[in-house]
Amino acid sequence: MANEAQNRDMQVKGKQEVTGTAEQTRPGPVFTPPVDICEDENVIKLMADMPGVKPDDVNIDVREDTLTLIGEIQPYEDAEETDVMIEYEIGQYFRQFTLPELIDREKIDAQLKDGVLTLELPKAEAAKPQKIEIKSG
Amino acid sequence: MITRRLFDFPDAGWRNPFEEMDRMRRYLDQLMGQTDTRVGVPRAGVFPLINLTENKTAYILRAELPGIQTEDLDIQATGRNITISGQRKIEPAPNATYHRRERESGKFSRAVTLPGDIDRDKIEASLKNGGLTVTVPKSEKAKPRQIEIKS
Repeated sequence: MANEAQNRDMQVKGKQEVTGTAEQTRPGPVFTPPVDICEDENVIKLMADMPGVKPDDVNIDVREDTLTLIGEIQPYEDAEETDVMIEYEIGQYFRQFTLPELIDREKIDAQLKDGVLTLELPKAEAAKPQKIEIKSG
Repeated sequence: MITRRLFDFPDAGWRNPFEEMDRMRRYLDQLMGQTDTRVGVPRAGVFPLINLTENKTAYILRAELPGIQTEDLDIQATGRNITISGQRKIEPAPNATYHRRERESGKFSRAVTLPGDIDRDKIEASLKNGGLTVTVPKSEKAKPRQIEIKS
């Protein structure tokens, strides 16, 4: 199934602009990065596409039970350049998630590579599934 | 919008109907995305979306390609055309259940025709933080030239 997904043609998904978020620190459009979230026994893994964001410009904030992802973007055009054809806009990335109680907040791990942010949210010991043995007899 | 323009246009009445037809055709072309090399052209609908800018010496082509490796990307130049093709691979995590799956993966190919002649030997491309930048120098012929005025 995985191979099938990789062999089909990619579709254009226009950037999703955020409407009505918290106050913005700077003018300009704000976009919602597309994310994948998957979970196994030990971690919840979150991957977000934030093309053009430098590792230093990512801001990950955990406050109470809210996880906030902010990716600041620097304008790339020189003053010398004039537009010929513009199909996409650039702007800040912003997305918020509610964290379940069972995340071990001290051990959250984040890395940004090739414009993809990967967050690993380890589950607290108490939240890991435990196999319950059934005694026969 | 078009009908309003027909009637409200100050200087283009019905005296020259063909001129009005031309104008309509241009509007329709623009709506259908037939005319390139113009700012604010509607989306081509092909991945990746491209921003094309120019300075005096070069065309600069940018695209957002997050998570794509250099080896999975192929850039070719033929005549005035630049073709960007490749594949984005997202390996599914083993033994994991997915809650959300919004990121796209798959193959892509996009061709762009540049508005002027280019110097194909000096094209440079870089992929950084998921952003592709292709710098295509203009050919000597296409560069603007300062013309001296003799007094």
